[in-house]
Amino acid sequence: MQYLLMIYGNETVWDTLSPAEQEQGVAAYNAYTEALRNAGVLAGSNRLAHSAAATTVRETDGKSQVLDGPYADAKEQLGGYYLIEVADQDAAIAWAARCPGASHGIVEVRPVWSESS
Amino acid sequence: MSAPAAEAQARATADAVARASYGKLIAFLAAHTRDVAAAEDALSDAFAAALENWPRTGCPDHPEAWLLTVARRRAIDAGRRQQRGQKVTRELELLAGLENEEAPQVPDLRLELMFACAHPAIERSVRAPLMLQVVLGINAATIASAFLVAPATMGQRLVRAKNRIREAGVPFERPLREDLADRLDAVLDAIYAAYAEGWADPGGTDAARRDLAEEAVYLGGVLRELLPREPEVLGLLALMLYAEARRKARRSACGDYVPLDAQDPSRWDLRMIDTAESLLRRAAAFGSPGRFQLEAALQSAHVHRRRSGAANWASVVALYDALLALGGSPVVAVNRAVAIAEWQGAEAALAALGALEGDSRLIQYQPYWAARAELSARAGRQDDARRAYELAIGLERDAAVRRFLQWRQAALRP
Repeated sequence: MQYLLMIYGNETVWDTLSPAEQEQGVAAYNAYTEALRNAGVLAGSNRLAHSAAATTVRETDGKSQVLDGPYADAKEQLGGYYLIEVADQDAAIAWAARCPGASHGIVEVRPVWSESS
Repeated sequence: MSAPAAEAQARATADAVARASYGKLIAFLAAHTRDVAAAEDALSDAFAAALENWPRTGCPDHPEAWLLTVARRRAIDAGRRQQRGQKVTRELELLAGLENEEAPQVPDLRLELMFACAHPAIERSVRAPLMLQVVLGINAATIASAFLVAPATMGQRLVRAKNRIREAGVPFERPLREDLADRLDAVLDAIYAAYAEGWADPGGTDAARRDLAEEAVYLGGVLRELLPREPEVLGLLALMLYAEARRKARRSACGDYVPLDAQDPSRWDLRMIDTAESLLRRAAAFGSPGRFQLEAALQSAHVHRRRSGAANWASVVALYDALLALGGSPVVAVNRAVAIAEWQGAEAALAALGALEGDSRLIQYQPYWAARAELSARAGRQDDARRAYELAIGLERDAAVRRFLQWRQAALRP
């Protein structure tokens, strides 16, 4: 089964960290990525740019509407994701618990849609 | 008494009974029907009735018996709706018996309930959660978080296990002598699994949540009360108390992780350690060693080493050998390798770890990589150490331990 681990965090907190703390934070994510790769479960991952760089597009009354900013105006924003291939939900949650994002924010675990689900 | 005061007193009494007697009440309610879920529903109705009635009527003299009587009545009402007549007469007789007594005593069938929870017909991984729920009344969501399982999934597993108790005819009884050792092992394993989850839970500092490790120690104490002459029961309780005594010393004042060898022994709970020591001595007097006594003896050796400054690593390794001979896991093998490093050096320890390579269970086992990192660093193998630290950091759940390992990794020579 493939699961998407979505990492939500408060972007303003990151900006307040010292360069050394930021470096330690990035290193923790690199180690996590390496652990996923070593276990053979990593299917993809990316860190996202700041949500201020986001744009939303939707069609209303037959016209495209383009807006600046992320879709949800929440304190916690999607900052990155991991796509993993594991046996079941328990294994996906076990990996989510190891994600540094679970310490500084929230990790949402979502199964990728499949015919059987 | 003012209304809020009466309500507060009712709640306090109900909480106290829940703490001391939840499992006893569930065990007695479910013993005949083997329907644990129905017993839980009935008891939860009874607690609701208590909170409604006690502020008006005052708390009863025997709150346990009061709750049992109400729960019994609810269970019988529910049962009557489902299957008219059956067994009801017998239940009413029992109930009448209880109500007539001067100082009613609820028979203690918690041990029988624990054996049912850890019955071979119940899937191993759900035994500890089941025991925590039905013996201690901990809710499914709390248990789910502790065992890192989705609450809905945990709920389904608990329901399935309770159905199995009812449908597969899992008995509420103490096993016969010849089965006792095996069946008791399953109960001890489940309690220790609960303890281990609680011990590893970095959220254990959350005061609002009942601490799982403490609950497991409590269960161990209940078991000791019920089976005071079983050496492994004493061994398990000793083991948990040794670990529990060091719980607070694992964090510094600013929240950093402190490994065993850097802990300040004055921050250990010495009374808990004394209790553990005397339990272990009493267990040893039976002359029948087992897994939990050996694990407790290892904890005792660590405590003595740190308090006296004198270490006997050869005997520590011998204890690990004995554990391995009992069918030890790779977990034991990893700890044994760490002890070998102190006795015969890092290279010998790495050779012992090397024998485990290829065991697929270790790929995601964080302590294996942490041990391999430390030993490689000590043996001067910088690159191996760096790589092993990387994986240990990536597999760690606890932010404080993660930071600690990052410092260790950064301290390696470039």
